[in-house]
Amino acid sequence: MNPVLLSLAVLFSQLSLVAVGGGNTILPEMQRQVVDVQHWMGPAEFAALFALAQASPGPNMLVATLIGWRVAGGWGALVATLSLFGPPALLTFMTSRLWDRFRERPWRHQVQAGLMPVTAGLVLAASLRLGIASAHTISAVVILVATALAVLFTRLHPLLLFAVAAVAGALGFS
Amino acid sequence: MTEPAANPAPSLAGLFTGFLTVGLVGFGGVLPWARWMVVEQRRWLTPAAFTDLLGLCQFLPGPNIINMSVALGARFHGVRGALVALAGITLAPIGVVLSLGVLYERYGDDALVQRALAGMAAGAAGLVLATALKIAAPLRGRKLGLAIAAIGFVAIGVLQLPLLATLLVLVPASILLHRGAR
Repeated sequence: MNPVLLSLAVLFSQLSLVAVGGGNTILPEMQRQVVDVQHWMGPAEFAALFALAQASPGPNMLVATLIGWRVAGGWGALVATLSLFGPPALLTFMTSRLWDRFRERPWRHQVQAGLMPVTAGLVLAASLRLGIASAHTISAVVILVATALAVLFTRLHPLLLFAVAAVAGALGFS
Repeated sequence: MTEPAANPAPSLAGLFTGFLTVGLVGFGGVLPWARWMVVEQRRWLTPAAFTDLLGLCQFLPGPNIINMSVALGARFHGVRGALVALAGITLAPIGVVLSLGVLYERYGDDALVQRALAGMAAGAAGLVLATALKIAAPLRGRKLGLAIAAIGFVAIGVLQLPLLATLLVLVPASILLHRGAR
């Protein structure tokens, strides 16, 4: 197997199994591995690919598909996608029948209560690392804060927010 | 108030088209759309059953919507159902994201495109920040939860420690400390 494909498979299947609380929690580690460890791209390109994945429908973890494609073409996209979605899918398939049995067990609440603050901290860390990778200019900082406020306090459609961010970036001052 | 009754099990084609639509319309967070399709539009599950299944999907690693499609597909049609639902939720978004990737490869060097993408990247970071604050909102006033979130934030965001090692320490510690949580 092509060594780059192997690295993609190892990286994304490992990440997929530690993605507690959804996908955003593994973003900082994905960025560290892709940018600092493997040197596949710079932080700005990583942030741009993540933005493309966010602007697409479906799970934003499709950034893995784009990374795989940039690094190793069509096979890279396929390997990265299968590695990121395959292990959790298999795990879900194997456990979904067991889950009903544990419905009333107290440890289920304890595990969920314990995971929640970890997820919150890691997603916050993801926004910090993405912010550092993307907000190099004053206008970028303004776009970041304005988008966050719009998501928190309005019901505007995310696609509209991305369109505004793109136009603001194109016209932006530095 | 009675809950809306669940319809009979969907066919394989129904699973595929249901998740295909969710994948196509679900911008910036697919779960609200998935809930609407599964509970209100197609009535595959009652609201309570959906919430329960969502609990499993959030408990397991991986994108919640991927886990949700697999769990629902498996519930109705076993392995084939799981594969069909997974294909439904992923195929269209993969097509879109790769088309954007091709455009990026072709026009990514253009100065205007680069600035627009930089703006979108900052917007995407803002979206993640807002998501983080929404997830963290229930922690307000809970010292233990806030402390654990702060440790996770500093370890990964500031110190950039390896994720696996951090989780192996932080997750068991947090679960143990949340004994008696409801």
